[in-house]
Amino acid sequence: MAGRIPLVLLACGSFNPITHQHMRLFELARDHMHQTGLYHVVGGIVSPVGDDYGKRGLVASKHRLAMARLALQSSDWVSVDDWESKLEDWTETVVTMRYHYDRIAAQYHSSKDLPTVSEVPQLKLLCGADFMDTFKVPGLWRDDHVEEVVGRFGLVCVSRGSLQPDRAIHESDLLSRHRQSIFLVREWVHNEISATEVRRALRRGQSVKYLLPDSVIDYIREHNLYTQDSEMKNKDVKLRPLTKQTIQD
Amino acid sequence: MAGRIPLVLLACGSFNPITHQHMRLFELARDHMHQTGLYRVVGGIVSPVGDNYGKQGLVVSKHRLAMARLALQSSDWVSVDDWESQQADWTETVVTMRYHYDHIAAQYHNSKDPLTASDVPQLKLLCGADFMDTFKVPGLWRDDHVEEVVGRFGLVCVSRGSLQPDRAIHESDLLSRHRQRIFLVREWVHNEISATEVRRALRRGQSVKYLLPDSVIDYIREHNLYTQDSEMMNKEVKLRPLTMQTIQD
Repeated sequence: MAGRIPLVLLACGSFNPITHQHMRLFELARDHMHQTGLYHVVGGIVSPVGDDYGKRGLVASKHRLAMARLALQSSDWVSVDDWESKLEDWTETVVTMRYHYDRIAAQYHSSKDLPTVSEVPQLKLLCGADFMDTFKVPGLWRDDHVEEVVGRFGLVCVSRGSLQPDRAIHESDLLSRHRQSIFLVREWVHNEISATEVRRALRRGQSVKYLLPDSVIDYIREHNLYTQDSEMKNKDVKLRPLTKQTIQD
Repeated sequence: MAGRIPLVLLACGSFNPITHQHMRLFELARDHMHQTGLYRVVGGIVSPVGDNYGKQGLVVSKHRLAMARLALQSSDWVSVDDWESQQADWTETVVTMRYHYDHIAAQYHNSKDPLTASDVPQLKLLCGADFMDTFKVPGLWRDDHVEEVVGRFGLVCVSRGSLQPDRAIHESDLLSRHRQRIFLVREWVHNEISATEVRRALRRGQSVKYLLPDSVIDYIREHNLYTQDSEMMNKEVKLRPLTMQTIQD
């Protein structure tokens, strides 16, 4: 893959819990970016959100990290990073991206024995189509952050079932302006293993085998993670981004 | 689970290759049958079809059996059976069911262990919603066979995505007559891992990781199973049931 731009894919999210669907995003994105003929994917990062995000049913990051590590044991290019989850408060996606980009660039500059990497690797945000719709939720994103996430870094968006990411791009002037920085990946295998559904099944004592790795299922049972009580977590709490940021900024 | 009817679930199909979706059918069906309060599922059988079926892209049963065994290593109640695939010619579903029923009944009568089962276990055919539609393909099923498969044994049908098994039942007088022998299981997690899509991805050198177990993927690569050539297998061949059976029977 000589002459290609080295690329790292970063996925931010709850991973509550991680499922085969999450891991498929990486595989699909890598195949797609390779097929453009322009990129060479050199790494993948799963970055679970911190507990302060305030999402309903979010279990402690310690567990979400442990499960993600178990799940990714069999991957030779995707790993879990806890930087974001260890910060004191919820951290904007762009801040997480800047951290990882700086870290990757520093690694590149300090280590001269990377025969596979010809230039500083790029970093792009990997997400599902539902993520594209979050851009229009009032107060959830700062405009200048969207500019940086999409315009400076770039997005690789894997479409899920019937959700149409093209429409979300079309309906946003900001996203439309950066159309060339957004890579849309079509998932032909309908594999919508929603973590919400997985938690529901677990609460009801139903099987989730084959939706996530056995090691993760064992972990969940051992720690009795997903129950009626765990789903009540943050029931009346507002998502942190909505309280931290103001609309006029 | 005292007083419940012991039940074994049998899935017939190509398993070309087996995927997580196939294995999910068993898990979903077991949960559903338990929830009726009437049954206790005591076993599951995967019975890959014989090579004489003549389906396009069907790889030899030796491989399909090996992959299914690898995939089911982590299951404590579902196993693979090669009887059907070892028969000289393609075997009607009802014949396979009779074989397994007699086999299970014989085991029951021989073993006098009163702890495991109170009656002879029932045997039901486990299938996806697309299977229900096959009943109306001319020449594919004999009426008396459908009577026996559905009326004598019974079906557990897991609905896949947008396919509507109720409609297939409604549009068939025969199926409608045996409505109480058909258990419909709704799959809320949209997990349509079609083996056709998996083969397509493999042909194109794309990743299928997390759609099937790693052990099965390794096996496929080792034996270079799914290629342009393998998909051409049986291209001009008619499905065996259509040549074996005549419409007026």
